[in-house]
Amino acid sequence: MSTTTSTVMAGGAVPPAAPTAPRGQVTQLRVLHSEWIKMRSLRSTFYTLIAAVVALVGLGALFSAFTASHWAGMNPHERADFEPGMTSLRGFFLAQLAVGVLGVLMISGEYATGMIRASLSAVPGRLPVLWAKAGLYAAVTWVLMTAGALVAFLIGQATMSSKHIGTSLGDPGVLRQVMGVGLYLTVVGLLGVAIGALIRNTAGGIATVFGLLLVVPVLAEALPTSWSNHVNQWLPSNAGQSLIALHREAHTLAPWTGFAVFCLYAALALAAAAVLLKRRDA
Amino acid sequence: MIEAHALTKRYGERAAVTELSFTVRPGAVTGFLGPNGAGKSTTMRMILGLDAPTSGRVSVNGKRYAQHRAPLHEVGAMLEARAIHTGRSAYNHLLALAATTGIPRRRVDEVIDIVGLREVARKRAGGFSLGMGQRLGIASALLGDPATLVLDEPVNGLDPEGILWIRNLLKDLAAEGRTVLLSSHLMSEMALTAEHLIVIGRGRLMADTSVAEFVRSAAGTSVRVRTEEADRLRQALAGRDVTVSSTEREVLEVTGLSSDRIGRIAADSGIALAELTPQQASLEEAFMEMTRDAVEYHAPAREREGQPA
Repeated sequence: MSTTTSTVMAGGAVPPAAPTAPRGQVTQLRVLHSEWIKMRSLRSTFYTLIAAVVALVGLGALFSAFTASHWAGMNPHERADFEPGMTSLRGFFLAQLAVGVLGVLMISGEYATGMIRASLSAVPGRLPVLWAKAGLYAAVTWVLMTAGALVAFLIGQATMSSKHIGTSLGDPGVLRQVMGVGLYLTVVGLLGVAIGALIRNTAGGIATVFGLLLVVPVLAEALPTSWSNHVNQWLPSNAGQSLIALHREAHTLAPWTGFAVFCLYAALALAAAAVLLKRRDA
Repeated sequence: MIEAHALTKRYGERAAVTELSFTVRPGAVTGFLGPNGAGKSTTMRMILGLDAPTSGRVSVNGKRYAQHRAPLHEVGAMLEARAIHTGRSAYNHLLALAATTGIPRRRVDEVIDIVGLREVARKRAGGFSLGMGQRLGIASALLGDPATLVLDEPVNGLDPEGILWIRNLLKDLAAEGRTVLLSSHLMSEMALTAEHLIVIGRGRLMADTSVAEFVRSAAGTSVRVRTEEADRLRQALAGRDVTVSSTEREVLEVTGLSSDRIGRIAADSGIALAELTPQQASLEEAFMEMTRDAVEYHAPAREREGQPA
């Protein structure tokens, strides 16, 4: 390193004072490009996304294979509860952990390392950074998780078709169910990004996301039935997962209504994050 | 050009910066000096629009920082060396920043060479030494070839060679007509790098002056005189505001009189001088002198302000 330094000192390689080159302005598209470079240049992004895909595909294949091999011994009651689409997609429940964590990290990671100061001084308008992170992460999550869900579904149905218990994308509601996994996980990711920006701390952000998605529904079970029948279907994860359920059960929202409610939660969280990002000192 | 007008920042009850007004002009390296907790970093964050002032304003190149459409081209900043994601390589860090205003890849390579990080540019920044982190911080400040540079403690953690390098780099940048503001707790380093000084203490402006003037005014300059007739000279010099001390038999330390005046008095009294040397206080001493005064002075000054005008 010392040789490099002395060369530089001797050379006095300093940029010219009055540059004539056109000076680019900050645009949303450029911030998106910047965030893409940031995203692809972190190893944690790859590992977490791979973990999500493996969870989605691996668990789906495992559940399907297990069901196929035990089908002969299952009683009529178990067979009645069986739903082939969901069996092959069950891995989404684990995949949402990885997707939510990475969503939070998209922003909390910058606060933890101090990178946020560099990001926000490069883009003093601030909001383009939030929109770029949210948009980019949503796109990446949607593509990977939709592909993952399709693969999980196809592997699962191929496994179960040996027992003639599989289903196909052409059957009523099944395509919506498979696509629903990608959409649900995308919104989980957006919720993670928003909460990461609100809490600005990795541990706190992760705890909040999963408190909201996993713990609150369990706590709500403790309510008297007359209450929980009304409350539970509106909780974020319950509302979102109604898109993945093949048949609508009592006291759940219709698939697209539920998903719209889930999107509304994410939109509100993102709006709150935007307001606070503008207002707070970095 | 950086202009602050009555800049004030409060965190709840605590005032970090109070009514701070100063101008940092192009063409010179301006040192931003103050003891720990004086409000240097807070002021720099306000310059870059990261912290919003409670009142007052600060502009860079004529506009509020956030109003610049291409901020990286206006102001290059290094607020803390570790404003870098530890998992990302130096190259990708710079590439991501450059992308925000469409700065080409070629420029990223240029600044990496300027700061001498070529060999480690593809390694994770988390493994960087303090000095390498500083160099990366300086590289990101230079990225947009800005007219104004704001650097918080840039020599922190650099080895002597690195300090010499940055000293020359900053002087060259200022000589090209750029505005350079750097904070440092190394007063001696400031004496060698900066031409102009802005000194703050407890968030208030204490001095806005040239380095030479600061040293002259802040600490009493003494003159060392050596003569065989020390006792007789001591009597000849005696007067109001003049102190004469002596640690060796033939040497006097005189404060309150210029060396010209002492030479004249000695000649008039027919005393032969073997040595007559003005003693310059170091910037370090001058700074300590000033901050001590400021603390003593500002405490009662605050009480006065509390009374109705």
